[in-house]
Amino acid sequence: MSAQMPDVTYKTNPDIGQPYTRNDKACHDLSIRVRDLNLWYGKTQALKDLNIDLFQKNVTALIGPSGCGKSTFLRCLNRMNDLIPSVHTEGLVEIDGRDVNAAKMDEVALRRRVGMVFQKPNPFPKSIYENVAYAPRMHDLVSRKAEQDELVEKALRDAGLWNEVKDKLQEPGTSLSGGQQQRLCIARAIAVQPDVILMDEPTSALDPISTATIEDLMDKLKEQFTIITVTHNMQQAARIADYTAFFHLGEIIEYNDTKVMFSTPAQKKTEDYISGRYG
Amino acid sequence: MNDSFDQISQQLKGRHRKSMRLKYYSMGALALAAAFLLIFFADMLNKGLPAFKQAMINVEINYSEDAAKSGRAAVNRDFSTLISRSVVRTIPLEMRNDPTLLGTTVQRWVLASGEVDQYLKGNRVRLDDEEMERIDRLVETGKIEQQFNVGFFSRGDSKMAELAGIMSAVVGTVMTMIVTLAIAFPIGVMTAIYLEEFAPDNRLTQLIEININNLAAIPSILFGLLGLAIFINFFGVPRSTPLVGGMTLALMTLPVIIISTRTALRSVPESIRHAAFGVGCSRWQVVKDHVLPLAMPGIMTGSIIGLAQAMGETAPLIIVGMVAFIPDVTASFTEAATVMPAQVFTWANEPDHAFVEKTAGGILVLLAVLISLNASAVLLRKKFERRW
Repeated sequence: MSAQMPDVTYKTNPDIGQPYTRNDKACHDLSIRVRDLNLWYGKTQALKDLNIDLFQKNVTALIGPSGCGKSTFLRCLNRMNDLIPSVHTEGLVEIDGRDVNAAKMDEVALRRRVGMVFQKPNPFPKSIYENVAYAPRMHDLVSRKAEQDELVEKALRDAGLWNEVKDKLQEPGTSLSGGQQQRLCIARAIAVQPDVILMDEPTSALDPISTATIEDLMDKLKEQFTIITVTHNMQQAARIADYTAFFHLGEIIEYNDTKVMFSTPAQKKTEDYISGRYG
Repeated sequence: MNDSFDQISQQLKGRHRKSMRLKYYSMGALALAAAFLLIFFADMLNKGLPAFKQAMINVEINYSEDAAKSGRAAVNRDFSTLISRSVVRTIPLEMRNDPTLLGTTVQRWVLASGEVDQYLKGNRVRLDDEEMERIDRLVETGKIEQQFNVGFFSRGDSKMAELAGIMSAVVGTVMTMIVTLAIAFPIGVMTAIYLEEFAPDNRLTQLIEININNLAAIPSILFGLLGLAIFINFFGVPRSTPLVGGMTLALMTLPVIIISTRTALRSVPESIRHAAFGVGCSRWQVVKDHVLPLAMPGIMTGSIIGLAQAMGETAPLIIVGMVAFIPDVTASFTEAATVMPAQVFTWANEPDHAFVEKTAGGILVLLAVLISLNASAVLLRKKFERRW
């Protein structure tokens, strides 16, 4: 079966009340292009012929039942799968016109432009300040202490954490609450000014209030960054995502404007999943 | 029909009895082990503590012209047999070094002979009744008394029991351990980092891993043979020296450090590595900035324990010639030296009864050092261990 690019109905253009068209560059610059992506864990194929375009400065949610490959796909985008020895990847993942799997591509450079937030908050066991300042300093983004202070403050403000931690920047990052830790991780990710932020079920370990805070934050952050998030929670996808891709058994079943997909799913499987019949 | 509580309790009686019995067995085992330890310590203290005391005798030393020729002439004939030969022997030397001493008379405390020392400590001696009587009298008048044995901690080995000290062995041990640590720590830690953080999981690394684990179980004397064959015979490293001893012990300590470092690295949560890779760290940056600092307490504890093990080791050092008679404190890494357990071994082989207490005293010093090393390992772990 040849891989087909899933049909996408574009988001509604508020000016004219009609969906954008493929040619409306204003909102739909491509950020990531994936073609015929296959991935194996040893002999088990986990991703099958994935084709998808991810749009800049939008939130794209990846949904699907456990084990459907959505997190695996997410990790393809910054090559975190390289850390798993048995993984073998084929196909094209293109970010900013460059193949990330090319031999020339340095994964350190890639990860500077494609940041990541993990399922469980994992701040470094260092101070709050150091958590944010570490990566920019490592990448030589700052040279003077004043610059560094400024950047830390900006990142923490963007992550909506500044007011809560400004008086205790030297305390360990692990002393914060779970929701605060996750926002610290987001601050850490945006401190290096990436283009894309990958979020792997960022709220699944958090309480509902912290979850709501993070969701609001994602809504703000998409003005600056392309956000791709994996979620188990369909309501969350409906609330925050501009686009949603439904994964099932390593394939993308449907990919569309979130509103379209949740109101009129094109595939039976999608409908069954979002109406809670399985997953 | 369901059983009532009483019926169930009835059935449980046997099981409870069994678990009680097992509990008492294990308590008994613990008590036995503790008793052995207690007996050992009591015996060591009983035998070893006298070594920290030494009989001294207060005599008048007359730096006459005769004394410059024979030290014996400097002291009253009555005392000469009670004074350590070492004192008498050094008097002409003293006078040669300081000519102004000639013609003066000094009253001072000097080492009593080993026989006097042993007599005061109530051990069997080869003194006749007359001498014993004289000693008793001198003790009564305060001319002979037991003082704290400073010499035991400040002097090297000697064939005269009253003169033998553990200092040269302590210095030898310190120097040997410096060499061991300088070799085994960096090599061990870097090996562990490579195997744990960089190496692919293939047959070769598995083979290396198995071999390292086996290395830790090899009888230590074989490392001594290896040291003899490779370091001394092949590379020509001078024998009996802290250098060759340290190198040999480093071989023995390496697997301990590698294994404990790997355990420490493995206990660093994977999420920390992911976080570091996620912000674009290179592999080395992940290790250096994030994994190593977290693993450091574990690495240090393992290394200290490995070092303590090496410090108590005698067999491989015998093979590389470190059971030498070292009267003077070793000054360089390429001079002959001895270490504490080897010194204990040497003293244990001395026929003179006075060396029994030296042996036990040496063991006490060695034990004190080892216990404080292990205690510092525990403290380090307590201080730095953090949980996530």
